[in-house]
Amino acid sequence: MAGNMNITLKVWRQKNAHTKGKLVSYDAKDVSPDMSFLEMIDEVNEVLIKKGDEPIAFDHDCREGICGMCSMVIDGRPHGPKEGITTCQLHMRSFKDGDTITIEPWRAKGFPVVKDLVVDRSAFDRIIQAGGYISVNTGVTIDANAIAISKQDSDKAFDAATCIGCGACVAACKNASAMLFLSAKVSQLSLLPQGHPERMSRVENMLQQMEDEGFGNCSNTGACSVECPKEIGQEHIARLNREFIAAKASSENV
Amino acid sequence: MNWFTSAVSSSVGKKIMMALTGLFLCSFLVVHLIGNLQLLNLDLGISFNTYAQFMSHNPVIQTISKGNFAIILAHALIALFLTRQNAKARPIGYQVKKGSANSTWSSRNMGLLGTILLVFIAVHLYHFWWAVHYGGSIPTREYLTDNGDIVAYTDLYQAVWFAFSNPFIVAFYVLSMIAMGYHLYHGFASAFQSLGLNHIKYNFFIKVLGFLFYFVIPALYAYIPLKIYFLTCCSSSSCSH
Ligand code: HEM
Ligand code: SF4
Ligand code: FES
Repeated sequence: MAGNMNITLKVWRQKNAHTKGKLVSYDAKDVSPDMSFLEMIDEVNEVLIKKGDEPIAFDHDCREGICGMCSMVIDGRPHGPKEGITTCQLHMRSFKDGDTITIEPWRAKGFPVVKDLVVDRSAFDRIIQAGGYISVNTGVTIDANAIAISKQDSDKAFDAATCIGCGACVAACKNASAMLFLSAKVSQLSLLPQGHPERMSRVENMLQQMEDEGFGNCSNTGACSVECPKEIGQEHIARLNREFIAAKASSENV
Repeated sequence: MNWFTSAVSSSVGKKIMMALTGLFLCSFLVVHLIGNLQLLNLDLGISFNTYAQFMSHNPVIQTISKGNFAIILAHALIALFLTRQNAKARPIGYQVKKGSANSTWSSRNMGLLGTILLVFIAVHLYHFWWAVHYGGSIPTREYLTDNGDIVAYTDLYQAVWFAFSNPFIVAFYVLSMIAMGYHLYHGFASAFQSLGLNHIKYNFFIKVLGFLFYFVIPALYAYIPLKIYFLTCCSSSSCSH
């Protein structure tokens, strides 16, 4: 079709966690500008499968920007050149005919490569398990409006709660730090009254878990917020720091 | 004490130590600058040498000065530790890097800028601090005080003016101050963020104060050697080269 593009892909191919990988070039022919980035890879995979080659492994699920699965670093940027979106929301109209696009997996000690572009993000699950929850006793259902919360706090908690756990913040950070993710989870629960009983242990344990998973230390470059598809801001990291200082100064966990 | 060591050695704890030591060094910059500006008084050095004499002999200042060395050392050591730990968090890097799309150059090069500052501090101390305390190579100059006494002060003023007639030394100082400007362009605001101080009410003040620290103060520091250089070397009357 007129307006379609020919693109060269350089994709990180790696058999499994134990082998060394390398960039391999592929031609993506006759790419429609209306395709999503993942559809473009689907088409390349069709060709590979027909030739009997191993298709490019990549994570994806919802394909509408809510699950956070579609992790890939495109030309050096998590989720590609546009801000505030995931890879599945990126369209080929953001590229030009003849472009060469390099696609790499998230790079972090805490996110080991499983295969090609697929990384193991279970470190995030373990960080959540360390405190990213509230404990609620079973029994009668409490009226949702019984606990008062200010509109301001509920808005801020909601902003934090939009984090989809994609890991782009880690991928973007020069220190592979998971502070933005952590701060979104800690902020959300520390702003809500329901999160207050476990507030201090939560921040202490979750930060400890982040360190144990091998993520780096935040140095406030702000790269995470720029690359975050949900535009979680730096003020959440400042809140995390305040929560941590307050917890260390006053919790009973000695 | 377990809670204390774990707090300090945690990633947030180390950042807080960076921030507190960094901000202490910023406060030192102000005091040091006020003293240095006396160098531009064309008074045969009486104001600057009096200041230098006071600074190098007052016991309180001498104690603060030792603390200052310790803090520079602590800042540099924690920085080294953080930088190495952070490098380990990404054992395999990206083939295509695009940091410029999401962060400032300063924020990505604090280790490099800090290393330049460390070299600068070492050379600077060797030049002036070492010469005053242990070198014995700087002659004294006598001044008549208000009550008629004659006092003899180490003529650091003359020594500095002499050093800054050398274009290489001047260039080294100016470049180092540019590095300091970039270090503080990220570092000053970053310190407040590390301490959790990010709030619509204070962010404006942090910004304004930040400009003072990353631009005005380094510029004034750099102005001193430049001014002296042009006064000694390029005024037609006293060109000795
Ligand atoms: C002795 C040489 C120095 C070295 C090696 C050094 C190194 C560093 C590094 C690597 C950082 C970033 C820390 C991080 O990424 O988390 C930093 C931050 C900082 N530095 Fe320095 N620096 C030095 C001297 C100075 C001086 C002389 C000043 C002030 C006059 C200063 C003020 C700051 C401030 C305010 C920060 C921000 C702290 C934060 O982000 O929380 N540094 N330094
Ligand atoms: S903070 Fe943003 S970038 Fe990080 S995991 Fe959450 S949604 Fe993804
Ligand atoms: S596939 Fe779900 S966010 Fe992209």
